[in-house]
Amino acid sequence: MPDKTIAGKTVKVDEDFFLVNPNDWSEEIAAELAKEEGIEELTEAHWKVIRFMRKDFEERGQVPSVRRMKNAGGIPTKELYALFPGAPAKKAAKIAGLSKPHGCV
Amino acid sequence: MAEEKIKKVSIIIAQGSLEGVYPGLIMGNGARMEGMEANLFFTFFGLNALLKKMVNKLRVSTVGNPALNMAMPMLKMPITFPFPTLLGAVPGVSNFATWMMKREMEKLDIPPVDEFLEMISDAGGNIYACKLAMDMFKLSKDDLVDEVNNVLTVGEFYEKAAGGPIIFI
Repeated sequence: MPDKTIAGKTVKVDEDFFLVNPNDWSEEIAAELAKEEGIEELTEAHWKVIRFMRKDFEERGQVPSVRRMKNAGGIPTKELYALFPGAPAKKAAKIAGLSKPHGCV
Repeated sequence: MAEEKIKKVSIIIAQGSLEGVYPGLIMGNGARMEGMEANLFFTFFGLNALLKKMVNKLRVSTVGNPALNMAMPMLKMPITFPFPTLLGAVPGVSNFATWMMKREMEKLDIPPVDEFLEMISDAGGNIYACKLAMDMFKLSKDDLVDEVNNVLTVGEFYEKAAGGPIIFI
């Protein structure tokens, strides 16, 4: 598993460059990862998503689906796609320091 | 040599059963989750899924479905256990099979059809109804759920589908 230095810290990443250990994450790392994903600045709306995803992952042991973010997280799907354009579930999970989502929904 | 990613996919849903509609919805939503453009074109019995009155009343086909053995583990029976054909025609059996299927899908966080169409639409997926099928079944756009973008002819569908694969379900 390769190493990656980000925001001054060296962390382990998987082959898709997702953090292997969620505890390696910090807000500075999130900001750097966001830039790499094409998001120049993380707004409060972004942070709401990231915070919910990390909290939900801690409680349930898996990365929340888009549906769960809508129903349990109060994050409408339209907003999610606007905040994390392209592949929002993957992008948000990466920035939140979580593993690549493995769901089909 | 890296393969080129698919940029757009168009999916034709022509069946109106639960098992006929869901693969199309999952493929369409999955495409949007990968950042691909997605067109869903509902035709013939697939229009059942777009009807306001029927969107959450789709059922599993229990008659003439030779693969129902796959659902047997849901009843804690072996997957090779055959489902008797005649049993499928007994009143209530299709409803029971549908209820069971929906329960299993909910456990996997798969939304019911109306919520799924809303999610796909909110994710930027395009939902179309086939004009010919609408005419044949004597339907108007008012009969359809709000998420339907447009009613298209086959030619208009092909225009929208240009540049990407077309999947027929």
